[in-house]
Amino acid sequence: MSDSSLRPLLLQGGRVIDPSRAIDAMGDVLIQDGKIAAVGRGLSAPDGTTVRNVSGKVVAPGLVDLHVHLREPGNEDEETVASGARAAAAGGFTAICAMPNTDPVTDNQAAVGFVVRQSGRAGLTRVHPIGAISIGQKGERLAEFGEMVSAGAVAVSDDGKPVVSSHLMRTALEYARTFGIPVADHCEEPTLAAGGVMHEGLVSTRLGLKGIPSAAEEIMVARDVLLAELTGGHVHLCHMSARGSVAIIREAKERGIQVTAEVTPHHLTLTDHACEEYDTHAKMNPPLRESADVAALRGALKDGVIDCIASDHAPHAYDEKEAAFDDAPFGIVGLETAFAVAHTELVCGGVFTLPELIRRMSTEPARVFHLPGGGGTLAPGAVADIVVLDPTAKWTVDPGGFHSKSHNTPFTGRPLTGRAILTIVAGTIVHEL
Amino acid sequence: MNSPILGKDLTGLEHMTPEQIRLILDTAEPFKEVSERPIKKVPALRGKTIVNLFFEASTRTRISFEFAEKRLSADTVNVAATGSSVSKGETLVDTAKNLEAMRIDMVVIRHGSSGAAEFLGNRIASNVINAGDGKHEHPTQALLDLLTIRDKHGKIEGLKVCLVGDVLHSRVARSNLWGLTKLGAEVAVCGPWTLLPRGIDELGVTVFGRVEEAIEWGADVLNVLRLQLERMEKGYIPSLREYYRVFGVTPERLERSPKPITIMHPGPMNRGVEIDSRVADGPHSIILEQVTNGVAVRMAVLYLLAGGRAELADAAKRGSE
Repeated sequence: MSDSSLRPLLLQGGRVIDPSRAIDAMGDVLIQDGKIAAVGRGLSAPDGTTVRNVSGKVVAPGLVDLHVHLREPGNEDEETVASGARAAAAGGFTAICAMPNTDPVTDNQAAVGFVVRQSGRAGLTRVHPIGAISIGQKGERLAEFGEMVSAGAVAVSDDGKPVVSSHLMRTALEYARTFGIPVADHCEEPTLAAGGVMHEGLVSTRLGLKGIPSAAEEIMVARDVLLAELTGGHVHLCHMSARGSVAIIREAKERGIQVTAEVTPHHLTLTDHACEEYDTHAKMNPPLRESADVAALRGALKDGVIDCIASDHAPHAYDEKEAAFDDAPFGIVGLETAFAVAHTELVCGGVFTLPELIRRMSTEPARVFHLPGGGGTLAPGAVADIVVLDPTAKWTVDPGGFHSKSHNTPFTGRPLTGRAILTIVAGTIVHEL
Repeated sequence: MNSPILGKDLTGLEHMTPEQIRLILDTAEPFKEVSERPIKKVPALRGKTIVNLFFEASTRTRISFEFAEKRLSADTVNVAATGSSVSKGETLVDTAKNLEAMRIDMVVIRHGSSGAAEFLGNRIASNVINAGDGKHEHPTQALLDLLTIRDKHGKIEGLKVCLVGDVLHSRVARSNLWGLTKLGAEVAVCGPWTLLPRGIDELGVTVFGRVEEAIEWGADVLNVLRLQLERMEKGYIPSLREYYRVFGVTPERLERSPKPITIMHPGPMNRGVEIDSRVADGPHSIILEQVTNGVAVRMAVLYLLAGGRAELADAAKRGSE
C-alpha cells in the first residue's frame, strides 16, 4: 500500500480510454480523495499532487473479473483471498468476484462476510463474494440470498457444478429478483458430461479420452434461457465454450430475455488441440473446443452477444496437475495472463480494438453484476479504480514469477504483448511494475 | 538406452512412420523361430532389467511380454496394481520415480488412463513400452495383428480390413487403425453407432453401421473387437442377445461374401456375443496365430528399444547356437 493514496495523483499524457463514455483521446486523469476528479487535456494539479508521466501508455478503468476461484477457506496452499487479490492487481484487475465453491462452501452470511473481511485486510484488488445458490452447493435447498447480499454478495452461483434441478434454477431466478442479483450458472448437463475430460471430437477420439459434447453445455444454456424468460430473472451464463450456445444466447437477447454471458481468454484463443500430448494444463471445464467455436465466441464477444471476458482463474497445486489426464483436476489460473492473452490474440491479432477489449474486460462486467462502488468507468466523481496499461510491453509467461500461489497455466513460455504497469484501487496504487 | 530407429519409448503407432512399423515386423520374423526351439532362449537382453507394471488386469498381454522378455534372457519383475504401493494411493509419478531409483532398463506399462505410458516415458530415462493405456493405444497388439495379416495374405497394402464392434472404447482399434492405414490397407470400422467414436470418419476410414455392409464392401479381414460386458450396464447396447443377433460375426453373415474372410480377435473372446464359435474355430480364423506372433513381435520391440539393430536380429538370435 502506498502513501500516495493520501495525496492527489495525476496521470499525465496518456491515451485515455473510457468505453463507458466512448472516450479514446490523449489526456490526463486527476485522482483525488480516492475518486476521479477530472479527465481532460492539460489538467492542472493542486499542490502536493504526485504527477506520473504515462505518455505512450493507456489509462483505462480498472479491469473487472466476474469469475475467479480463490481457495480460501479450504485450500489455502493453492490460493488465498489475499494472494488472489495480489495476482489480480498484477493482472490489472481492480475488482474480482470470488466463486463460492470453497471448503466449506460460501453459502451463508458469515462465510460471505469472511471473504469481505479478508479482502479488506489484503487492501488490494476488491474481492466481491458470490454466494452459493444452494446450501452446500448440493442442488437441493436455496441458500439465504438476502442475508448473503446484505453481507456483500454480488451474485449467486453453484459454479463448479451445474444447477441440475430445473425447479431449483427456476426458484433461484425468481427469488434473486427481490435482491436484484444475477444467478450465474455453470452450464453442463451432467449425464452427457459424466466421465468426460475434454471436448468430444476428433482429438478426443485420437487420444482415447472421454469427451464432453458441446450439447452438454447447449442444453443447459437453452434451459436457463427459457427459465429466465419464464421468471423474469437475470441469468448469467458462465464460461461459454460452444458455438451452439452462442446461437441460443443471440436469439434470447433478440427476444429481450435477461441473459448475460462471459467467455474466458483461453476459450477465445485455444482449441482442443492443446490437449494433445495429454497436457493437463489444457484440461478445463468446459473444455477447449474447436476452431469454429473459437471463431463464434470471438464474434459473439465482438457484437455483445457475449457480454464480457472472465478468467475462471482456477488455482491447483502443481502436483495435482502432474498426473494422467483422466486424474488431473479441471482448471487453470488466469488473472495474470488474461489481459495479455486477450490483447495479444484479439487486439494485436486485429480482431478487436483496444477500446473494445477494455469495454469487455471492465465496463461490461461491472455493469453485468452491478458492482457496488461502480467500476468500469473514468467518469468524474466515480471511484478511482484505474489501470495503466503498456500496450507495447513484450513479455514471456513464466509462472515462477506469478503472484498467484498456483502456476497451472497452458501459456507457459508464450510471448505476449501488453501488460498492466499500474493498478489503482480507490486512488491507491496496489500494483506497480 | 535410446534406439537409433525407434527412439526411447513405444507408446503408440499414431506417430510412427511406416518404415519403423515395417522394421519391427521384419525384426519379429527371425524371433518367431526361437519359440519353436526346445530351448527357447537367446542372450540378446542378458543383464537387462524389465519391470512389467500392470495397473489393470491382464493375462494374455502380460504373459506374452513375460515370455518375450525371458526368451531374450532379461531379468523381469511383475508389479500388479493390487498388493503394491499403487493400491495404497501412490501416484503414477511416484511409482515411476521409485522404479527409476532402482535402476531398471525398461518398463512395460498397462494403465487404465489414456496417455499413462507417454506420461511415464516423459518422466523416466528407462524405455517405456505401452501395453495398453485406457482407450488410447495398444501398439504391440496392433503390431502382432499386422504381422499375422501379413503372414496370412503375404501383404498388407491394398487389403480391406474392417474393425468390428466397440471401437469407441477400444485401444486395439485405434492402434490397428494407425498401423493399417500407414501400411496402405483400406480400413473400415463397423458397429452400433453408440460404440463408434465421434470424428472417426475424419481419420481416413470408412464407417459402417452393420456387419453386412462391411461384407458387401469386400472386406478381406474382419478384426472382431471384444465387447466389454459393462457396456450393457452403461446403456450403450440393450442386451448381449440383441448384440449377437444384430452385430455378431456369424457363419450366416460371412456366407454373403464371395471370398473367404480372414477372422481375427484380440481376445479374450465372448463366444456367442461378438463372435460365433463356429467362426472363431473355423478354417479362416487366425486368432491363435495372433497369440503366437505376439511373443515374436514383443521380442522384436524389446530388442530394438534396447538398442539392437534390425540387421543383427538374426545374429543375436544365433548367439545362443
